[in-house]
Amino acid sequence: MDKVLMKGNEALAEGAVRAGCRAYFGYPITPSSEIAEYMARKYPKIGGTFLQAESELAAINMVYGAAAAGARVMTASSGPGISLKQEGISFLAEAELPCVIVNISRGGPGLGGIQPAQSDYFQATRGGGHGDYHIMVLAPAGVQEMMDLAIEAFELADKYRIPVMIMAEGTLGQMMEPVVLREQVAEFYNKPWATTGCKNRKPNIINTLHLSPDVLEQRNVHLQNKYINIKLREKRAETYMTEDADIVVVAFGIMARVARKSIMEVRKQGVKVGLIRPITLWPFPDDVVEKVSDTAKIFLSLEISMGQMVEDIKLAVNGRRPVDFYGRIGITPNPEEVSKRLLMLAAEEGLR
Amino acid sequence: MKIVAQKPESLTDAQFHYCPGCTHGIIHRLIAECLDEMNLRESAIGICPVGCAVLAYNYFNCDMLEAAHGRAPAVATGVKRMLPDRCVFTYQGDGDLASIGMGEIVHASARGEKITVIFVNNTLYGMTGGQMAPTTLLGQVTTTSPYGRTAEQAGYPIKIAELLAQNEGSAYISRMAVNSPANIRKTKKSIKKAFQTQIDRKGFSLVEILSTCPTNWGLSPIDALKWLEENMIPYYPLGEFKVKEDMQYG
Amino acid sequence: MTKGSLSFSTERCKACELCICFCPQGILALDTDIINVHGFHPVSVSEPEKCTGCGICALMCPDLVITVKRE
Ligand SMILES: Cc1ncc(C[n+]2csc(CCOP(=O)(O)OP(=O)(O)O)c2C)c(N)n1
Ligand code: SF4
Ligand code: SF4
Ligand code: SF4
Repeated sequence: MDKVLMKGNEALAEGAVRAGCRAYFGYPITPSSEIAEYMARKYPKIGGTFLQAESELAAINMVYGAAAAGARVMTASSGPGISLKQEGISFLAEAELPCVIVNISRGGPGLGGIQPAQSDYFQATRGGGHGDYHIMVLAPAGVQEMMDLAIEAFELADKYRIPVMIMAEGTLGQMMEPVVLREQVAEFYNKPWATTGCKNRKPNIINTLHLSPDVLEQRNVHLQNKYINIKLREKRAETYMTEDADIVVVAFGIMARVARKSIMEVRKQGVKVGLIRPITLWPFPDDVVEKVSDTAKIFLSLEISMGQMVEDIKLAVNGRRPVDFYGRIGITPNPEEVSKRLLMLAAEEGLR
Repeated sequence: MKIVAQKPESLTDAQFHYCPGCTHGIIHRLIAECLDEMNLRESAIGICPVGCAVLAYNYFNCDMLEAAHGRAPAVATGVKRMLPDRCVFTYQGDGDLASIGMGEIVHASARGEKITVIFVNNTLYGMTGGQMAPTTLLGQVTTTSPYGRTAEQAGYPIKIAELLAQNEGSAYISRMAVNSPANIRKTKKSIKKAFQTQIDRKGFSLVEILSTCPTNWGLSPIDALKWLEENMIPYYPLGEFKVKEDMQYG
Repeated sequence: MTKGSLSFSTERCKACELCICFCPQGILALDTDIINVHGFHPVSVSEPEKCTGCGICALMCPDLVITVKRE
C-alpha cells in the first residue's frame, strides 16, 4: 500500500475527513492550529463546514448544536482552550451528543508553555467539567495512529453517544511519518434522536436539565451504566515484552516510544523490563495492568507530568506491587535518562 | 363562527410555569402563532436559554434544544450550519444574552448567522431571584443593587438592539414591547419579519422584547405593564433599528 | 354589533387580571366561588351577551386560557 508523509495534526484531520466528519469549529492555539488550518483548506473543496469561532466556549457550543443536528463534528484545541471547553463538554456528556474533541496537549497550569506535556491527564480522564461523567479518551503514539484513532473516535462517539477525546502531545502533532491512508467510512449510524425538525414525527428534545431529584438520579444511573458497558468492551492497551518482565513501565503517547527505546537498551544490560501502553486513557486498561502484576515485581509510571496516571496504575495494582513514578514537564524525558532511572530501580530492587 | 383566538398548534398543551401575569407567556404565544401562520413548525428548531424560559422546550411543539447559559447563539450556529434550510431560533433573557452570552450574540450577529433571536428584556435576572442585569435601569432596585443601580458603581444599562444593529451581518433588528394590545400586535408582526429575514437568507435577525417580571419588580401584573411603559420605553425606545434593504414590510 | 363567544380553560388561569383590565366591555371578572387546581379564582364572564369578540382578552392573557369566537 502507498504511504504518504504526513504531519501528525494533518493525519488526524484527514482521518476525521475519512470518518465522514464534515464540520469543524475551533479557535486557534499552538500546537493544535494545523488541524484547523487543514480543515479550512479542505472543507470548501469537499463541501464541509469550517468555522473559526470567537472562542473555545463558542466553538464547543457550536459542536453541541451540530452534534444535536446529527452531524459528525470535531473541535481541537490545547491547554487553556480545553479548559474553556469544559462547560460545554459537561453538557455534551449529559445530552449524550457524539463528537470528537482533540487536545494537542501542552504544559500548564495557567498559560504554561507550548512544549509537549501529558499534564491534562486528570482533566481528560476524570470528566473535566462539573458532574458525574466521563468522556472516552484515546492516546495515539504515532502519526498513523493519529489517523486511525481519529476514525475510531467517530465510530465510538456514535456507537455510545459519548464525546470522545483524542489526547496527543504537541510533538506528535508536529512530527512527520509515513502514513497509509485509510478507506473512507461508508456506513453511518442512524440518529433518530437528532433535532432536525419534526416533520412526520413527534418533536425531539435535547436537554440537560432535570429538576426532579428522581429523574436526575435516573439520568446519572443511566450514564453510569453506559460507562460500565464501555469499560467492559473498550479498554485498549498494547504490551511489549511484559511476559518475563520484572519491571513494567506504563507510558502512553510519545512517552511510550521513549520507553521502548530504553527497554531495549536496558534489556541488553540484563534487566528484564516490559511496557504497557494504554491506548484508551479512559477507560483505563486496568485489566491489563492487573494481569501483568501477577508476574511483574514493580511498576514504573512514566509521564510528561508531575504524576497523574500513576494513580490509575496504583488503583489497578491495588497494593499488590510497588508503583514508582518518573516524570518531567516542559521537557520530554529522553531514552538515556529513562534507562538510567530503570537501571537505578533495578539496583534498588536487587533485580540485577 | 370564526375563531379569533385559540392556542396555536406550535405550543404543546403543557401549562406554563411562569408567575401570574408574567409576559414570557405572551411572547411564547406570539412566536408559536408566527410559526403556525408561516407554516414553520415542522422545520423549526428552537434553543432555550438558562433563565426563567429554560423549560420552554416543554412548551414549543417543535424540535427543541437547551443550551448552557448564554451559549444559545453558538448552539444555533452549529445547528443552522448543518441544516441551512431549517428555521432556527433562540429565546434568551437579558442575563443570558446581554451578560454571560455577550460574546456569542455579538459574533453570531457579526457573522450574519441566519438565525432568529427572541431577546426578552425584563431588566433583571428573574430565575435566580431578581439580581441586577446589564439591562437594569439606573436607580432601579434589585437584590444586588439594593440602593438602586448607580452608574458610578455598575455602569450603564446596555442597549442591545442599537448595539447589534451596527453589525453588517445584522439584517433585521427591532425592539418591541408586550405592554398593550397594540404593542403586542406590533411585536407579532416584527417576529414574523425576523423569521422571514431568516427564510430569505438575508442574515441575522433579532427582536428585543420589553417584558415584565411582576414577581421581582414587586408589582401587580397590571402595575408592571405600567412600569414598563413609564420607565423602560423612555430608555429603550421601540422601533426597527435595522432593516436590510430590499425588504418589504407592511 | 358583532357578537363574540368565549370559552375558558379554567384550570390554566392564574388570576393575573390582565384580561379583566383590558376588556373594552368590562365584562370579565374573577369568579370567587371557584378555586382551580393551582389555587386561583379563575376568570369568568359576567355578561356574555355584551362580548364583541374583539379578542383583546386572549391577546393579553399570558396563559392561553381564553378561546374567542366571533360571528
Ligand atoms: C454558568 C452559569 N452561571 C450562572 C447561572 C445561574 N443563572 C441561572 S438563570 C440566570 C439569570 C437569568 O436571567 P435572564 O437571562 O435575565 O432571564 P430571566 O430569568 O429574567 O427570564 C443565572 C445567573 C447558570 N445557570 N450558569
Ligand atoms: S420570575 Fe419574573 S420573569 Fe421569571 S416567571 Fe416570574 S415573573 Fe416571569
Ligand atoms: S373578546 Fe373582547 S369584549 Fe369579549 S371578553 Fe374578550 S376583551 Fe371583552
Ligand atoms: S389574563 Fe389569563 S391568566 Fe390572567 S386572569 Fe385573565 S384568563 Fe386568567
